Formats: sequence, C-alpha cells, structure tokens
Amino acid sequence: MYKIVKKEVLAPNIFSMDIEAPRVAKSAQPGQFVIIIDNEKGERVPLTICDYDAQKGTVQIVVQAMGKSTKDMAAMEEGDYFKDFVGPLGKASEFVHMDLEELRKQRFLFVAGGVGAAPVYPQARWFHENGIKCDIILGAKNKELVILEDKLASVSENLYVCTDDGSYGFHGLVTAYIEELVVNQGKKYDHVVAIGPMIMMKFVALTTKKYNLPTTVSLNPIMVDGTGMCGACRVTVDGKTQFACVHGPEFDGHVVDFDEALKRQTQYKDIEVVKDCKLEEA
Amino acid sequence: MDRFTRVPISEQPAEIRNRNFEEVCLGYTEEEAMKEAARCLRCKKPQCRPGCPVDIDIPDFIGCIADGKFREAAQSLAVYTSLPAVCGRVCPQETQCEATCILGKKGDPIAIGKLERFAADWAERNDIHVGECALKNGHKVAVIGSGPAGVSCAGEMAKKGYIVTIFEALHEPGGVLVYGIPEFRLPLDGVVRPELENLKHLGVEIETNVIVGRTITIDEMFEEGYEAIFIGSGAGLPKFMNIPGENYNGVFSANEFLTRTNLMKAFDPEYATPIKVGARTAVIGGGNVAMDSARTALRLGSDVTVIYRRTMDELPARVEEVHHAIEEGIKFEFLTSPIEIHADENAWVNGLTCVRMELGEPDESGRRRPIVMDNSEFTIPVDTVIMALGTSPNPLIASTTEGLDTNKWECIIADDQGQTSREGVFAGGDAVTGAATVILAMGAGKEAAAAMDEYIQNKYK
Ligand SMILES: Cc1cc2nc3c(=O)[nH]c(=O)nc-3n(C[C@H](O)[C@H](O)[C@H](O)COP(=O)(O)OP(=O)(O)OC[C@H]3O[C@@H](n4cnc5c(N)ncnc54)[C@H](O)[C@@H]3O)c2cc1C
Ligand SMILES: Cc1cc2nc3c(=O)[nH]c(=O)nc-3n(C[C@H](O)[C@H](O)[C@H](O)COP(=O)(O)OP(=O)(O)OC[C@H]3O[C@@H](n4cnc5c(N)ncnc54)[C@H](O)[C@@H]3O)c2cc1C
Ligand code: SF4
Ligand code: SF4
Ligand code: FES
Repeated sequence: MYKIVKKEVLAPNIFSMDIEAPRVAKSAQPGQFVIIIDNEKGERVPLTICDYDAQKGTVQIVVQAMGKSTKDMAAMEEGDYFKDFVGPLGKASEFVHMDLEELRKQRFLFVAGGVGAAPVYPQARWFHENGIKCDIILGAKNKELVILEDKLASVSENLYVCTDDGSYGFHGLVTAYIEELVVNQGKKYDHVVAIGPMIMMKFVALTTKKYNLPTTVSLNPIMVDGTGMCGACRVTVDGKTQFACVHGPEFDGHVVDFDEALKRQTQYKDIEVVKDCKLEEA
Repeated sequence: MDRFTRVPISEQPAEIRNRNFEEVCLGYTEEEAMKEAARCLRCKKPQCRPGCPVDIDIPDFIGCIADGKFREAAQSLAVYTSLPAVCGRVCPQETQCEATCILGKKGDPIAIGKLERFAADWAERNDIHVGECALKNGHKVAVIGSGPAGVSCAGEMAKKGYIVTIFEALHEPGGVLVYGIPEFRLPLDGVVRPELENLKHLGVEIETNVIVGRTITIDEMFEEGYEAIFIGSGAGLPKFMNIPGENYNGVFSANEFLTRTNLMKAFDPEYATPIKVGARTAVIGGGNVAMDSARTALRLGSDVTVIYRRTMDELPARVEEVHHAIEEGIKFEFLTSPIEIHADENAWVNGLTCVRMELGEPDESGRRRPIVMDNSEFTIPVDTVIMALGTSPNPLIASTTEGLDTNKWECIIADDQGQTSREGVFAGGDAVTGAATVILAMGAGKEAAAAMDEYIQNKYK
C-alpha cells in the first residue's frame, strides 16, 4: 500500500499528490512514469513522474480527472492509500545521458500543454540543477487551467505562458507561440521537448519540422502492464513498431505516426463513457 | 475393475461453460480418485517417473491415494514440487509422465495429472499446509519473478533455511499462472493463490511492484545484502507478424488480451479495465496461448476461428485443451497463414487476408515446413485479431546488468545448474529457454536452488 502524504488541487479537475514510494523515489529520472492502481478493482493507470524526493521517499504526480479511474483517484485524500504504485517505468530522457559540456552549448525549449506541465517540470529542474539554461512555453485552455507556473518559472530562464482564449498570457496555441518566438522574436533553439495531449504534440512536431528544429515528444498511448509485456502501447516510429512503455515514452516527434497513435488512443472511448456514467450515477 | 480404462472425470458441459469463466474440469471425488489410483501397478521401476521433469515419486503418491491416505499423498508431492495443484492441471502430461506409463501400452495410462491435482486440492480444502519452515541460516537471497521458476527456486531455498525475498514486477504474484492462463483452466482463488500462500508459510517474502532493471538493479540488490540472485523473469515479450495492418484497433497480442481478462478481470464489469471483442475473432497460432485466447474470446461472446499454418497433428497445444476448444465451438482453419489485416475508415479491423499452405520437407525441428500455395489468397471478415505467436524474454534485466550474457534470442545464458556468466547470479525457466512449460521452469528453479546453496556454502567454508 502506498500512502498519499500530500494532496493539492491545482486547477479544476487537476490535482497533485505526493505518494510514499521510497524505491521509486530513489531511482526516478526525468522522462519516466509510474503506474498506479487505486483499489482492488482498479485499472493500471500510467502517470508521469512530476517530482521526486529520494530523502523523503516520495514521488509527485499530477493528474487530470478524465474518466472513471482518474475521477476515483481525485476522490482520494491525504492519508489514503493506493493499492499499487510501480515504477519508474520507461527510459529516462535522452539528455540525462548526454555530455554536460555539450548540453551547455545547446538551448532547449520545453513546450508543456495542459497537465504536460507536470512531466516538463522534472526535466527543466534537471537542467536547472546542472546549471543549464532553458526556456518553457506553458499552454492551457484558459487562465484557470494554467498549473505549476511558479515551479516552472523557478527552473527556467524564460517562462512563456499562453492560453487558448487569451484569458492569461499570450493569446493562442503553443504552436503559435513557438512561431512567435522563433520567427518574430528570432530566438534560436537547438531542441524542442513537447509534452501534452497527443494532438498538441502532433502539431508542435509539424510546426518545428518547418524550422528543422529537432523535437522530442513524450507519448501517452493506452497501456496495460507498462513493462513491455502486452504491446498495447505500440506506436509506429520511423516506420517501425515500438512499445512506448519500454522503448519510450520519449521519441523523435518528427517520425512518430501521430494519426495512428491518435486513433489507437480512442480504442475504449465508448466503453469508458459507459463506465464513467455508471460512476456518475453511483 | 477394468485396469485399462481410465475413471472418467466430470466437466462442465461444453454449451454451459463456453459462456462462463468457471473451471472446465471439476476434478475427481475421493471415491473416483481412489478408484483411478487403484489402477496403478506401483511399478518397482516406474516408467512414468523419468517422464516427469521434477522427478515426482509417482507410484508413491498414487499409492497413498489408492489407500485413502490423502494427506500422505500431498506430503509426498511436496517433496518434489511446490505447485502440484497447478502442474496437475496444466502439465502436458500426455507427452510427459503419462506418455511413459506402462499401462499406456495396452490401454489408458494412469491419470497422473488429475490425481496430482486431486491430492493438492484435497490438502487445500482441508487446510493442510505441507512443507515446513526450516531453521533460518541467516543468509539472504533474492528471486526475480514469481512465476513457476521463481516460486520453485524460492520454495527450495526457504526449505534450506535461506531468507528469501521475491521481487515481482506486476501487482499480483504468479507470473503466467495469473496473467496468462485463464481462470477456466487454472482458477486464481482456489488454486494459484493458495499455492503461493504455501510459499509464505515457508517464510518467503514477496515484494510486488518492483521491476528489476528499473526500480532496482541487480548490483543494487547485492548492495542490499542479497548473497545470491535467481532470475526467473520469464519470456514476456510478445511477437507480432510484421504484416500490414497490425497496429489497427482491434488487433491484440495474446498477452494483452489475456492480461486484460485474467490479471485485470476485464470480463467482470465491476473491474475498471476495459476489453473489447468483436462479433468475429481470428486467433493466429496453435499453442496453449492460442487456445486460451480463443476460448477467452468465445466466453466474451465472439465467434472464434483459430488460424494455424500447419495441421491439426502439429498443434503444439495440450491435447486436452484442443479437445475442449473443439467441444466449446471454436473453429479451426489449418494450413492457413495471414498476410494482411484490413480496417475501416476509423482504423477498426474489418478483415483478414490469408493464404493457404502445404507441408513440405521437415525443417530443423523435424516438423514439415509450411509452404505458401500460389494464388490461394482469400479474405475473411473479422473485427478482432489476436496474435498468439509466442514470446521472447524481456531484455530489461540483461541490458541493465553488466556481464550478464544473453544469446541472439535475448535468452539469458545459463548452464544446467542455472549458473549465468555473473558470479552469484543464477537463472532459469522461460528467461533462459524461451517460452516452454510450467514444469520445466519449476525444474530449472529447483536445480538453480541447489547450485545457489552450494555457491553460498562454499563461500563460507
Ligand atoms: C506514459 C503516460 C504518462 C501519462 N501521464 C499523465 C499525467 O502525468 N497526468 C495525467 O493526468 N494523465 C497522464 N496520462 C494519461 C492517463 O494515464 C489517462 O488520462 C488515464 O489513464 C485515463 O483513465 P480514466 O479511467 O480516468 O479515463 P478513461 O475513462 O479511461 O479515459 C478518458 C479518456 O482518456 C483517453 N485515454 C484513456 N487512456 C489514456 C491514456 N493512457 N493516455 C491518454 N488518453 C487516454 C480515453 O480514450 C478517453 O477519451 C499518461 C499516460 C501515459 C501512457
Ligand atoms: C497463455 C499461456 C498458456 C500456457 N499454458 C501452459 C500450459 O498449459 N502448460 C504449461 O506447462 N505451460 C503453459 N504455458 C507456459 C508456461 O506458463 C511458462 O512456460 C511458465 O510460466 C514459465 O515460468 P517462468 O517462471 O519462467 O516465467 P513466468 O511465468 O513468465 O514468470 C515470470 C515473472 O517474472 C516477472 N518479471 C519479469 N521481468 C521482471 C523484472 N524485470 N523484475 C521483476 N519481475 C519480473 C513477470 O512479471 C512474471 O511474473 C502457457 C503460457 C501462456 C502465456
Ligand atoms: S509434475 Fe507434471 S510431469 Fe510431473 S508428474 Fe505431475 S503432471 Fe506429470
Ligand atoms: S508407470 Fe503407470 S502404472 Fe507404473 S507406477 Fe507409473 S503410473 Fe503407476
Ligand atoms: S504497456 Fe504493455 S507493452 Fe507497453
């Protein structure tokens, strides 16, 4: 059993939790994720690691309540226990293994959409801790849904916030902001890391392709085990089938078959709606 | 009594069981078991025994059953196996112990598996825990994976007095026994869980949700004070055919399909994990995994066809399973191989194109090699495709452990005693052999336990 030691509501339907999981906290690296089962009848829900504290033995996750499982999780409070918590899963971000001197010469732009702010944080923090500057674009639907702004600001040189409706920051999608920075303001970037909804990552990749900007995306297909055992998470990257949970979740965004990935993500949509309705009735 | 005819065993009728997940075979009653056991000749030189990979003293335990000494039968089994209720159900007996039973020369061999399961079930029903906790010797060992290989290694080590911890990646211990083999063949609550509980009676600790290679590495395990490590991580990586359309919605690996239903209980609407099966399912393959997938899809309401590239005679699945599958209404397309999967505009599967095969010359395995027949393409309408083509070992542990050698199939290289290329690291089961059987994995776990014991004892000589 894994104790929820802290819970915080970040925005409507978005919350963060610190969970006691010492083994995971000790080995977690930027780019990796965990799988949580809330109760005896729960499913295996993959969630990116947002923060980790090896000393305290805790791991932070940020969750958007979407369907049955994430809503069930949202109803849990400090002091409650998750039945299972496993990780860290997936490969660490590539830059973790790069030469620091090389990395210092590069300028990274992180693009976070919605709850994608959560997985971007440990990556930007890693840059910050290694004394490397980076910029972040943080996009959300509206002002209310902008999360982790302070945390992200504290680890980046420039934090650019944008909202779809213009209620806060730059008015427009993250893709528009990328063009604003790269074209209008003439900023030079060597690498983009985009994390957010699949559809956002698709369009970021299309945008950066125009400017030949190498782009890493963090894919979130439907998963079951998260250890390479089932193949539910398979995605086509550069014409080859890859299992996102073990070969990823991060891939070269310019060669990911997003259209296939988007379709695969909808596989259980109708069933989920039914399960969700049942939950709402209950 | 007719010595050459097997006492029949009761089963759920096919037309009822093909709609539920309850166990198909209901097992012998005490009277039936004694009657079947009484057929055994209690041979001085039993031909059956060499057929068993873990060398169970078959005439002894069967003799106990014949005499009505069920507890003694269970105790006799416990000397050789920690999973009798499992093996009695899933061993390919017809090619192992029962294949060599002397009675088989003139009639039906003794139902060794069914009797083994009877004795184990009897002990479980009567709450008898055989096997004792040995005096602890103070040495710590770790076992990776809680499938048959890991469980048997852990059990043996505990019996020798070691402090044993099993590290399991999934949230439920048991390996393929819980995520792969369906409940209608191997019930979780009545059979697998109790046998794992027995392990806990021996003092073995099981830590779930630990993925070796990610959560902790082998080197870190040595740092934590484990003196020897056994890798029983199985062969969990599913194979695909690499034919066009394989990533369409509605195409599953057997592992995904079975994991959703067995481990995650997707067939029960109370559980959160979803599963989707169309009206028509094609299962590709011919082994136990294919039979299990087919019969699961059938129970979920689909019309199921198994597509296999050789003939009925070459089906690698256990005879009993094929027989049950046919009874339940599974269809077969033999000498057939898929070449492309089709889908509608939303990427949902709607058809499968196959070619016909004929058998040519025998290949290295001695089986006749299937060859594609010209102009034999045809397309069948299906909405679910399950790929049951076999599995290979997950490279995660090998790739995160320096000096642990693997072969070109990603199998960990180990000798007959389980010794790998790394000192203090042993391995066995599917992780070493590639996908095989429960009993071979158990045998390997047992061998490795003997070698681990010797290794640790030698260190302190
Ligand atoms: C590697 C990885 C990292 C992730 N990180 C986070 C995170 O940090 N925070 C967060 O809130 N969510 C994250 N997700 C998504 C999260 O796992 C899903 O939102 C969750 O499984 C939905 O479960 P549900 O039962 O609440 O919703 P459901 O009722 O199952 O689904 C609701 C909707 O979400 C879609 N969906 C289902 N499963 C997934 C999935 N795995 N990914 C995307 N969409 C899905 C469904 O098609 C449906 O439209 C991540 C997913 C992956 C694979
Ligand atoms: C559907 C199906 C039906 C079958 N039917 C039969 C049958 O009827 N008869 C028969 O004899 N055999 C059958 N088999 C084969 C048999 O189940 C296997 O040969 C046997 O389970 C192998 O045992 P194992 O202990 O080596 O591995 P597994 O049973 O695969 O167990 C390995 C365990 O290790 C865990 N693990 C893997 N990697 C790690 C890691 N990095 N860290 C921690 N834990 C890890 C896994 O989660 C798993 O629990 C069947 C197999 C399948 C898939
Ligand atoms: S373990 Fe398997 S092979 Fe050995 S006696 Fe039992 S059924 Fe036969
Ligand atoms: S060979 Fe057959 S008859 Fe002889 S001991 Fe074995 S099971 Fe009994
Ligand atoms: S989630 Fe099962 S293989 Fe990736």
